[in-house]
Amino acid sequence: MAQVNRPLSPHLQVYRWQLHMFLSIMHRMTGSALAVGTLLIAWGLIAVASGPEAYGVFRDFLSSIPGRLILFGFTVALMQHLCSGVRHLLMDTGALFELKANRRSGVIVLVCSVSLTVLVWAAGYYTAGAF
Amino acid sequence: MSRSLRTPLGRVRGLGSAKDGTEHWWRQRLTAVANLPLVIWFTVSVIALVDADHATVVAWIRDPVVSILLVLMLANLFYHLRLGVQVVIEDYVHAEGLKVAGMVALTFATVLVAAASIFAVLRISFGG
Repeated sequence: MAQVNRPLSPHLQVYRWQLHMFLSIMHRMTGSALAVGTLLIAWGLIAVASGPEAYGVFRDFLSSIPGRLILFGFTVALMQHLCSGVRHLLMDTGALFELKANRRSGVIVLVCSVSLTVLVWAAGYYTAGAF
Repeated sequence: MSRSLRTPLGRVRGLGSAKDGTEHWWRQRLTAVANLPLVIWFTVSVIALVDADHATVVAWIRDPVVSILLVLMLANLFYHLRLGVQVVIEDYVHAEGLKVAGMVALTFATVLVAAASIFAVLRISFGG
């Protein structure tokens, strides 16, 4: 059989981008990113177990600009995956498949993940005595 | 009775051709639900520890409730992660050899990092 380069499902190149597609892809991307990001938790725990010196190295890294950027990305990914995950759990019960409800829940996921990220960082800076 | 080529036993077992049924799907949901309270608790705890020195973090982890919750969260987190990345590999890696190698590498890596993390918690908890 002749090989034809037909587009493979999902046909991302022929559909107009919509919220539910974006969230679905984001859920998978943030999940994959978090899988790698878990190494940060592992590093932190191992550093604490290893003693004050290793813990200092870990803390210094997280306090640096690249460290903060990674931690911020980690937070965004975690909050997106968490909110989007709750939506998926609700959809597993058969809810939210009507177009309006589906879209509205998608907007709620976006708003909640951004708000929670801001909240987590504000709380973090507050604990650190920034304000 | 409907006309079906499936045997009654096969229908009762409900495991399908992959002999796995809905087990993977169900465990992914189960670990997702368990992750919700555990990860929220962990996030709030980490925020409270932002400025903490080594001794404070050690004291926090040594609390028996914290140790137990941490171990549970890590086990659950790594299990959920393993299930999720498996689906990503299954969806995007089509070469059979590469797919199997990817799965094996994923399982080994997950178990290794999970064991190291959980051991770290236990070492802090039981350490003198």
